[in-house]
Amino acid sequence: MQSTGPVAAQPAVPNVRTAELSTKFLQRFSAAASDYIRPKRFKVTVRPEAITEAAVFLRDELGFDHIIAVSGTDYIAKKEIEVIYFVASLRPGQEDLVAALAERTGRDAPVTPSLVGVWPGAEYHERETFEMLGVKFDGHPDMRGILLPEDWNDIPPLRKDYKSPGR
Amino acid sequence: MTTTTETDYTPDPDKIMSVALGPQHPGSGHFRIRLWLDGDYVVRADPDAGYVHRGEEKMAEYRNYIQNVPHLERPVILDSSGILFAYAEAVDELMGNKIPVRAQYLRVIMAELNRIISHMYFLGIYGVFEGHTTMIEWGLGDRDLFIDLAARIGGARVTFAYTIPGGVRNDMPRDMTEQALKTFDWFEKRLQEYEKVFLRNPIFEQRTRGVGVLSTQDAIRFGTTGTVLRASGVRHDIRRSEPYSAYPNFDFEVPMMKEGDCWARTLIAVEEMRQSLKILKQAFKTIPEGPVRLKLGPQPRVPAGETYFRTEAAHGEQGYHLISDGTPRPYRLKMSDPNFRNMILLPLLLKGAHVADIPSIYWSLNFWPVSSDR
Repeated sequence: MQSTGPVAAQPAVPNVRTAELSTKFLQRFSAAASDYIRPKRFKVTVRPEAITEAAVFLRDELGFDHIIAVSGTDYIAKKEIEVIYFVASLRPGQEDLVAALAERTGRDAPVTPSLVGVWPGAEYHERETFEMLGVKFDGHPDMRGILLPEDWNDIPPLRKDYKSPGR
Repeated sequence: MTTTTETDYTPDPDKIMSVALGPQHPGSGHFRIRLWLDGDYVVRADPDAGYVHRGEEKMAEYRNYIQNVPHLERPVILDSSGILFAYAEAVDELMGNKIPVRAQYLRVIMAELNRIISHMYFLGIYGVFEGHTTMIEWGLGDRDLFIDLAARIGGARVTFAYTIPGGVRNDMPRDMTEQALKTFDWFEKRLQEYEKVFLRNPIFEQRTRGVGVLSTQDAIRFGTTGTVLRASGVRHDIRRSEPYSAYPNFDFEVPMMKEGDCWARTLIAVEEMRQSLKILKQAFKTIPEGPVRLKLGPQPRVPAGETYFRTEAAHGEQGYHLISDGTPRPYRLKMSDPNFRNMILLPLLLKGAHVADIPSIYWSLNFWPVSSDR
């Protein structure tokens, strides 16, 4: 799978640790794509079908147990929405690393498996991504909005075709 | 699957009463917790956020990288330089800016002053929550000394817009080192009085010890951060775990406690102020001469790229996921907010608690709804 993300600005200087972790991940998930490897960051993209397995592998085998955030980006030109899980590690020796586990879904009715079962801390982050970008997380225990008003009656606001009133 | 909203309690509809705590200022801001009570016990709690959601992330897409500075510090005005730090560093990383060392020191000075300002507010309001009037008077009064110092550097009292991409906005006055060191020495002694009067006060201890206990395992599983994480037995502070800016130059400790209760979370905040003083003293004494800002122009172009940068702000790990497509404005800016991460603890810690313990638990998380909502 080819990475379709923006080109990294920095020259990738693979650090031994992130390169090793990234290689281990790609050996296990051959269909995954490595987007970047930096001294303290690496990002991999998998297909939505494989994301649960990939998340369990990241958590149990590579030690990324501390969920930071779930971010989403609307790539309107490619008709895709990218969902990224940022996960840190509290395993001694890699406390400075952050793994980004990404997936891309279609823009029209995006559905992807929820990872609350893997990282319980993802619960509110997925709710936020659901209402801000309209990505539905299959298997989420409580798929409601969280920040927008209950009577929000428009498309999800972080989609690129949403225009703020007055802009 | 264990989630925070799951409950093994079988509600008896005649016995359960649902109550809204807030959003009319339950002590800290515009935020509501929906509670289901069985007598004096909380059966279920559901935080209802969003009353102060301003769409910071969408706003950022309409503004260029410099225009984004003032509004991105608004979510936590107590810690405005602290939460801007990560944004400035993220933009610097994408642009490849080499920040002058003096500017790095000034960023650290402002971030640490803001950490003390924020923790003092936390302590003061915690005093109110626990019926300890002395603490709010002392807390807000002493906090002002640090606001005065920060105002001499940043020119404003709360929102400085001081830490900007490319360095800091201006140099600090040349004659303030003496005043600053005097304040730090005095405050170090003052902290001992806080311990005597507030932290070791038997009433305060009774209301907080063993209350709202968060296990190490849950602290990690739920992705918590900041004082909450460090009070539950995890020594994780980004300033030490992944040192950035000028932090490798300073000698300081990362406090950690194993109790995981409200009391431990308060003690960690006080100990962190002590460490901040230590950093500030070193910074004021050793700050090198030099420029404080790179010339970026009013509308800097940021090369296309993507980064996640994180720093340790007063409330915890503040991160920015920044995507640039090469235009003057960010394509996507995601604020990873420590308060939003810690909010998930409310249903967990409040379940089974006494109603009278709600304020203790709620404020011990140092939870700041404005920042959580963004």
